[in-house]
Formats: sequence, C-alpha cells, structure tokens
Amino acid sequence: MLAKRIIPCLDVKNGQVVKGINFEGLREVGDPVEMGAAYSSEGADELVYLDISASFEGRRTFTDLVRRIAERIDIPFTVGGGISSFEDGARLLDAGADKITINSSAVYNPDLIGRIASHYGSQFVVVAIDARTVADGRWQVMTHGGRKETDKELYSWAREVQERGAGEILFTSMDHDGTKNGYACQAYSKLASFLTIPVIASGGAGSIEHIREVLSDGKADAALAASIFHYGEIRISDLKKSLLASGINVRI
Amino acid sequence: MIAIIDYNAGNLCSVENALRRLGAQFEVTSDPERIAAASHVLMPGVGEASSAMENLRERGLVEVVKDLKQPVLGICIGLQLMCTFSEEGRTPCLGVFDTAVRRFDPSSGAKIPHMGWNTITGLKGPLFKGVQDGSFVYYVHSFRPEITEEQTIAVTEYAGSPFSGALCRDNFFGTQFHPEKSGPVGARILKNFIEL
Repeated sequence: MLAKRIIPCLDVKNGQVVKGINFEGLREVGDPVEMGAAYSSEGADELVYLDISASFEGRRTFTDLVRRIAERIDIPFTVGGGISSFEDGARLLDAGADKITINSSAVYNPDLIGRIASHYGSQFVVVAIDARTVADGRWQVMTHGGRKETDKELYSWAREVQERGAGEILFTSMDHDGTKNGYACQAYSKLASFLTIPVIASGGAGSIEHIREVLSDGKADAALAASIFHYGEIRISDLKKSLLASGINVRI
Repeated sequence: MIAIIDYNAGNLCSVENALRRLGAQFEVTSDPERIAAASHVLMPGVGEASSAMENLRERGLVEVVKDLKQPVLGICIGLQLMCTFSEEGRTPCLGVFDTAVRRFDPSSGAKIPHMGWNTITGLKGPLFKGVQDGSFVYYVHSFRPEITEEQTIAVTEYAGSPFSGALCRDNFFGTQFHPEKSGPVGARILKNFIEL
C-alpha cells in the first residue's frame, strides 16, 4: 500500500535555511544540505526547498544549492520560489530537482503548468495554492506569499490546475499557517473528494495529533511542516512511529 | 567501468549522483562499443515508451542491449523497454523479460501516476541481498510490468492488483521503482548490482 508522506519544508534565503519567527524577522536555522540529510536519515519521505531570496544573486546561489542537494540527498526533493518560466523549471531540473512547485506564476500564466508538464511529465509539476477564507466562507486564492488577492476560488482553481497537467497540489491554508492549531482538515477532505492527483497539506501543524488528523480525516496524501521539525518540537522518527501505531501507513 | 546508456530519456543526474555516492566509476555513453565493453550497464530513464524505444533504435542500441552478457539494470522506463510490449504508444519492446507493460486500471479509483513510497515483497536473488521483505521504495509511473512467475523478483501492489516491482532473467535486471531515490534501501540495491 502506498505510504502517506511526511515532508519537511525548508525556506532558503541566500543559501541558508531560514524560518520566519514573525513577519519581518527571519532567523537562520541551518545549512540546507546538512538539514536535508538529517531529515532524510530521520525518515522524511521527501523534502521541499523554497527559495525566498528576492535578488538575482540569491537565485543563482539557489541553483548551485539544488545541485549540491541532489549530490547528497537520496530521496525525492521539490524546489520552488520565484519560478516564472519554462526555462526556470528546466534549469532546476538540470540541477537535479525531482519536482518543482509553482504558485503565483501559475495564477498569472496558467499555460505554464501545461507547458512544463507536457515536456517533463506531470510528476514534475506541483502547483502550490495559498488561500484564506473570506466573509462568505469562500476560499480566496492569494499570491505573492499571501500579499495579493486574486479572483480565484480554491476548489475551482484546484480542479483547473489538475486539468492543466499538475501532478500534485500543495495547498496552504493562510488561516491556519503559523497558528500551530491544526490543519484545515475539512478543506483537504473536500479537495480529496474530487481531485484525482495527490494533495499535500500545509499550514497549522503543531502536534503529532494534527498530522494524524489531516492524513486520516483530511484524507491528505502528505503532510508538510516546517517549524515543528526545525526547532525539534517533533522528531520525524517519533512522529512516524506514532502514526504507524494508530494505523496510518507510513514508511519506517 | 560502468556504462550508463545515454539515449535521451530524461535526466540522468540522479543515477549519476547515486553511483558517485557509492564511489563507483562510470561513464555516460551511447557508443555501442563502450557499452559492450563495460563491466556493468545501467539503462535508466523517464518518459514515454514509444519515443524512448525510437531513441534506442536511432542509436543502433537495440541488438547491442539484447546481446549484453555483463550485468544490466534497467530502471523505470529502462525496465519497461526490456519487456515484450508496452501499452504506452502500443510499443513493441526488447523482449528480454517475458512480460508486458500495461496501464494501471483507472477504474480502480487509485490515483495515477502511482507516485510515492510503496513496499516490495517476495524478494528473490542477489539484487536484494540484505534488503528486508516489505521494504519501502520510491515509485513514479503510470504503466507497470505484469507478474511473471519465472522472472518477477519483487512484487508491489497498487490500484487493486500486484505488479512486478523488479524482474530478472540471467544477467538482466530491472526495477520499476527508482533505487537512486529510495534512500538507504535503494543504495543497497544499487550496491548489490555493481558488486555482481
């Protein structure tokens, strides 16, 4: 049986893993290759690296970093952040990335999804969606790290990106992200009810119980988290033992 | 020297990196003489079966691969090309393994492609020396080789039925999963292969 996946996410700026402790303050928490290797040996099933550098220099550093990650890490890894063209995707594939994730550029240039997927296969393209609930209970899709509103709605946009050739959807609930109060389980469960591609849940993990919930009730195929792993609040090996004990199929 | 066959079937860098981690000497080549002279031959690849087969043909490698006497390992599409036939593009393949490659049954309700970590059981032969039955390996594919009693050396179940996770006939081996992305288990399988 296919295992549910546990995915640590590493935000990288100018070659270092950072995690925002509040909106302005970013603090460095470690070397991306070493942290990835450590997570891999603890039992992570995949890794996601997001480039949050805003500069050209930062981007170039990131490509070199992807090459070093590929040399060292022997599990699949996804990279993203600022991918806005076919060429960006090709460059990261050449550097050794197994998958890329596109977010804002998928919203503003949806043809990009199909263009990359038809050339490199759907399995290479993860579309990331950030959304928040608005007054009428609708999930509004946001871009640019959650700063810009769009006229898109989560469920119809998710359906559209699947039809355009996305291989997976990584949905982050902005309502839950950073709260450590649990994932948006109902939304994931609804996505799983009509999508035929895997859904990765992101935003809100604060405990093992939250991850258990989103993989069972939320029907997510994978759970992504950052700070609970980075700051050692939950060890992946302990998390997986606990999930397995409660009947969730994970790779030990 | 290990030869990795270069036939324009996707990115080879994961396999190259995996061999480097094992400290193995290798070259990437489409030269029939270099391939025939290698100690071990790897045929990786991702992509679509009919075009991958056409790429092998254009490089004059069809007979070369079939005639190899040293250990050969096909990975993913490389394995599929070593079967008799693939439903993908209705492609006649090399026929090293006596089994066909078919699409996962979409009516099973399972998500296709089969992507992620799944278990291998019924492990047989030297490729799996030191690998525990039920180990997890990493898969990404929409078509899969059927079971053959004689040649299936690892079984995985997905979309309601079992398929060949790995095959072997004489010096020929194939894995539908990606050992180069399967953590320590995959590294062990690759190490077993290069030590054959």
